[in-house]
Amino acid sequence: MASKKYDIQAFPGFKPITLLCLIVLYAPLVIVTVYSFNASASLTNWEGISLRWYADVFTGPESEKFEIAARNSFIIAIIAATTSTAIATFAATAMVRGGAFKLRTVSFGLISMPLLVPEIVTAVATLIFFNAIGFDRGLLTILLAHIAFCIPFAYLPIQARMQGIEDTYEQAALDLYATKRQAFTKILMPLMMPGIISGFLLAFIVSLDDFIITNFVKGAGVETLPTAIFGSVKQGIKPNIMAISTMLLGVSVVMVTLSYLVSKSDKTK
Amino acid sequence: MAAGAASGGSAATDTYKEARTWLLMPAWITLSFLILAPVLLMLVYSFLTKEFRGGVVWEFSLSAYDQFFFDRGLFGDEPAKIEWTYITIFWRSIWQAGAATLLSLLIGFPTAYFIATQPERVRPMWVFLITIPYWVNLLIRTVSMKFLLRDQGPLNDLLISTGLIDSPLHIVNTNFAVQLGLFYSYLPFMVLPIYAAVERYNFTLSEAAADLYASKMTILRRVLLPAVKPGVIAGCILVFVPSMGSFLAPDLLGGAKNFMIGSLIEEQFKGNAGNWPFGAAASMILLTMVLIILLIFARQQAKAEKET
Repeated sequence: MASKKYDIQAFPGFKPITLLCLIVLYAPLVIVTVYSFNASASLTNWEGISLRWYADVFTGPESEKFEIAARNSFIIAIIAATTSTAIATFAATAMVRGGAFKLRTVSFGLISMPLLVPEIVTAVATLIFFNAIGFDRGLLTILLAHIAFCIPFAYLPIQARMQGIEDTYEQAALDLYATKRQAFTKILMPLMMPGIISGFLLAFIVSLDDFIITNFVKGAGVETLPTAIFGSVKQGIKPNIMAISTMLLGVSVVMVTLSYLVSKSDKTK
Repeated sequence: MAAGAASGGSAATDTYKEARTWLLMPAWITLSFLILAPVLLMLVYSFLTKEFRGGVVWEFSLSAYDQFFFDRGLFGDEPAKIEWTYITIFWRSIWQAGAATLLSLLIGFPTAYFIATQPERVRPMWVFLITIPYWVNLLIRTVSMKFLLRDQGPLNDLLISTGLIDSPLHIVNTNFAVQLGLFYSYLPFMVLPIYAAVERYNFTLSEAAADLYASKMTILRRVLLPAVKPGVIAGCILVFVPSMGSFLAPDLLGGAKNFMIGSLIEEQFKGNAGNWPFGAAASMILLTMVLIILLIFARQQAKAEKET
């Protein structure tokens, strides 16, 4: 069809570039996934498929280190994502359903600040701050830094969702003598769920993946998965790192797919 | 607003006006204490005296900025010359970030355009495909890139086995590897705003141009590009800004010769240099550059909005 009539939209070469783009984006991930199943102890030779390096992650000499790091990572990600999602939901309600007010622009600027300031600058500033107030660096400092950093990631999908919901439902509830609190918890919150879930999942991944800020504010000997991986990679890429990477990659892909499906299922309603 | 409800309702209302302050309070407190106050404190620290092995002495000093820009010899008593070491590092960061941005634009624009001209039904799937890698841990992506590009890595193996080259290409530890790493890190930031702009673009304009015998190149250059320019600029900034302050790509793919701002700052706090005021000063300079770029961008966007 497109070949028959003159297609005003198509530019020659754009499709191959798109495919090249996808190859460049996916090749490294696919290669690492494939090599994580390599039976060989050397990185270069391929000696058949095995789960050897996955077993190594859980039972090998470094397994304890990675287990603690993984636990830290997931605990921090769950608490940070939950907290920042709650903060972001309240903030979005005020920003979208709170009428016009003076500090609106300032508030939005403050909420987007973690996105505007380069991450390494946020990391330096947070380290200096904790040091100045004499807060010992450890898991708690990582958690606090993550909560703040995750807020805009949770906020943006939640705000977008709320802007898409007309207030007729809440008005109807208010007309039927519901209190504002009831309108909020019984009407707005359920309607907001897809946005809140996307926000939570994105915040969760951002926290789980964060390296730069964590690296600055973690105490000596406290590791999360990314910092533990970075420490290992500094001494050379080993096959067990590929196995961990593949698992973490799987977690991210599953989370993002969930987030995508949640938002998509909602549009078809 | 009752009127709003009567006329079918709207999304932005003042239903929870009374609770506004309380609803915003957690965000204000968290971000003021954990982002705003730290950045202001960092500004203060950049004007303090360094303590050896990290930390500061609370004494006003300009030495951090002085050290950044001027060389006064080993004992500090020679006439001040311009210190090129750190300026070079900043310049390299700008250059590398610029090259990565250009690379992202060259690949990202056709990709975004292609996606935006697909049937509406499949577009979200394409966007999803482009964004998935972004959500994979940046560290893992960078390590994967390094693994792929190594001298004995799969890419060189492939090229040698197909007979295209005889000896492995040395890609890791070059400027190009860093650019490739940055490109790989931030490509979705280029694609998404351009995609959004092309999706809004009115293709009858292209048709009108074609009816007037414009070639495809002319349409691209004179009609399409000016129309989607805000998206292109947004994409460039979203790639350029994080690239400039990036740490992982230069550190893992660049090696010692390709030092960028991120590594310079990191070394003041985590590495051997241990000069906190200097690290704070370098961060402030980076932040200032980024804010200037964002400000220019914001003013341009505002101007463009006024025109339309």
